[in-house]
Amino acid sequence: MAYFLELLISGALTGLMYSLVALGFVLIYKSAGVPNLAQGALVMTAGYAVWLVMAWGLNVWIAIPIAAAIMFGFGLVVERLLLRRMVGQPVIMVVMLTLGLEILLRGMVPGILGSTPKPIDLGIDFAPIIIGDVFINRTSLYGGIVALALVGASLLFFRTRTGTKLRAVSDDHVSSWAVGISVERAIGISWGLAGIAAVVAGALWGSSQGVDWTLSALLFPAVAVVILGGVDSVPGVLVGGILVGVLGTVIPGYLDSVAGGSTRDVVTSLIILLTIMVRPFGIFGREDIERI
Amino acid sequence: MFYRLSGTYHTSYQADRKLWKIPTDRWLVIGLLILALLAPLYVSPLYLGSYVLPWVIWSAAALSLTLLMGLAGQLHFGFAAVMAIGAYASIHLVRAGIPFEIALLLSGLISAVIGAVFGGAALRVKGLYLVMATLAMQYLVDWVVVNVPAISGGAHATLRTPEVSFLFLPIESLASRYWLALGWAVLLTVFFMNVKRTSFGRALVAIRDKDFAAAVIGVDPFRTKLMAFFTSSFMGGVTGAILAFCFYRAVTPEQFGFNVSIQLVAMVLVGGLGSVIGSWLGAGFVLLAPIFLTNLVSGLAASGWVPVSQNFLSHLPLMIYGAMIIGFLLLEPLGLAKIYDNIRKYFLVWPFRHARS
Repeated sequence: MAYFLELLISGALTGLMYSLVALGFVLIYKSAGVPNLAQGALVMTAGYAVWLVMAWGLNVWIAIPIAAAIMFGFGLVVERLLLRRMVGQPVIMVVMLTLGLEILLRGMVPGILGSTPKPIDLGIDFAPIIIGDVFINRTSLYGGIVALALVGASLLFFRTRTGTKLRAVSDDHVSSWAVGISVERAIGISWGLAGIAAVVAGALWGSSQGVDWTLSALLFPAVAVVILGGVDSVPGVLVGGILVGVLGTVIPGYLDSVAGGSTRDVVTSLIILLTIMVRPFGIFGREDIERI
Repeated sequence: MFYRLSGTYHTSYQADRKLWKIPTDRWLVIGLLILALLAPLYVSPLYLGSYVLPWVIWSAAALSLTLLMGLAGQLHFGFAAVMAIGAYASIHLVRAGIPFEIALLLSGLISAVIGAVFGGAALRVKGLYLVMATLAMQYLVDWVVVNVPAISGGAHATLRTPEVSFLFLPIESLASRYWLALGWAVLLTVFFMNVKRTSFGRALVAIRDKDFAAAVIGVDPFRTKLMAFFTSSFMGGVTGAILAFCFYRAVTPEQFGFNVSIQLVAMVLVGGLGSVIGSWLGAGFVLLAPIFLTNLVSGLAASGWVPVSQNFLSHLPLMIYGAMIIGFLLLEPLGLAKIYDNIRKYFLVWPFRHARS
């Protein structure tokens, strides 16, 4: 029972950390309608950015805002140079473009900055918190709390003036243009915000497993999270994240010894498949009605 | 000038439906075919084995995938898994004592059946969701291959292909393996060019352009999509088997991972969706350009011209590959096939700038 409880809690916290990665995906999809498969690489780049700024000798709490500013700018640049030219192209082009960006970043960033894992010290104690028989990893705990806070902040953000514009843009590009909203700027801002979310995710994941190219592999669970929660739903990120995290920790916790390891990927794949088969738009997503 | 139109008049429907309407095109193809057939005579074994042979096989794979993505418009990000099924099935069938020729067909059928299950997702969703579903299936197939010892022979095992003969010719020497692969690729090419002219091909195109509209005019989307996945997976499965027997000859699950699927999609896109010549050019470009450029840079680095670290060099192929995908999508979304088409159109009327109309 304690084993189950421990798996449950650590799964939920890991899932919340997944939702940090997934949040960037949802922010971009919600406003631009672009599936950003480079979000994993963006998180990796953000992790490297945090490490780089810290390597100048700055305190981590100063480094993270600076890295956030860098990644905000990076998101703007990516949108301006790459994605804006893809407006109106079929989805395969956009998917492949973001995958190309993913591959490029996965090669370029470790290629230039070094591929050995870089440590990020957030000043979190590595000793677990012990409640009864249950061990809780402190990084995951803080990560989960930060994820909750960040998703809450994004929900509030969508209530502000800029956020309302972003919601309008997500509804309909042409109508937003008609009422005087700069669609380009709104989409640019959403990329920048995804960059900031990537910094938070990169710092937390980087502190728990080191910064190297493996951070970009977070894309796969993040995709499962957004598919399950609904690609255009911010609260869905939390629910989907917890579900993916819990299922992806509890089931392998019992099955790995039987089935020979790495059942986590299988669970994640099955979540994606079953969601798409049963309810393609996810738990909270909006169903698109297609017309001829 | 080079593609002379003068004197080329099609006076019957038969002539107008020819695959190559302009004589130059026909002679070009015949010339290329002869060059390809004679390649083992004038290409050094090193180049034949490590550049030309994989190019031919990956072109066949790209053709199989472009049937699905280019003609039928169904996105597939798990095609390497389909090829893995073909490769492993053929090896186990040959080991069980089935002749190679039949094993190839059977492995194709097995891939086709499992591939049609992939297609089940396409009946429900399209676009981004289809990408995700096929991606998930890629992971599932990978996991099954790795974790079922009966298939892969253990988690980190390498499965050697047994020695086989094709139509009583032993497939052992490099040249015979090359000719087998070339034969399959040419067969697929001829099939692909002709399938566009059949009712099946037209149904695929109708489904690609708008499946609801196709349903309205009487094309059954259910049947057509499943047929598309079935056909394409059959071709992909046999190509996987050819890849295993003619090129790798020792198969591990990593050779058919997710990255290979991405590479295949990149080949199809860089070449140009749904184009025959694009599949050949795209496969060659995606396969060879990173190798070529990396060799160039490491050569420059070795001679001290550009100071780059070993770490940078080892990541260079990835960078070139990613930059290539981005560059093509931004600058020429219709791919190498369109570039070739532009050049051809230019020379059709050269030295004039425009044709009539």
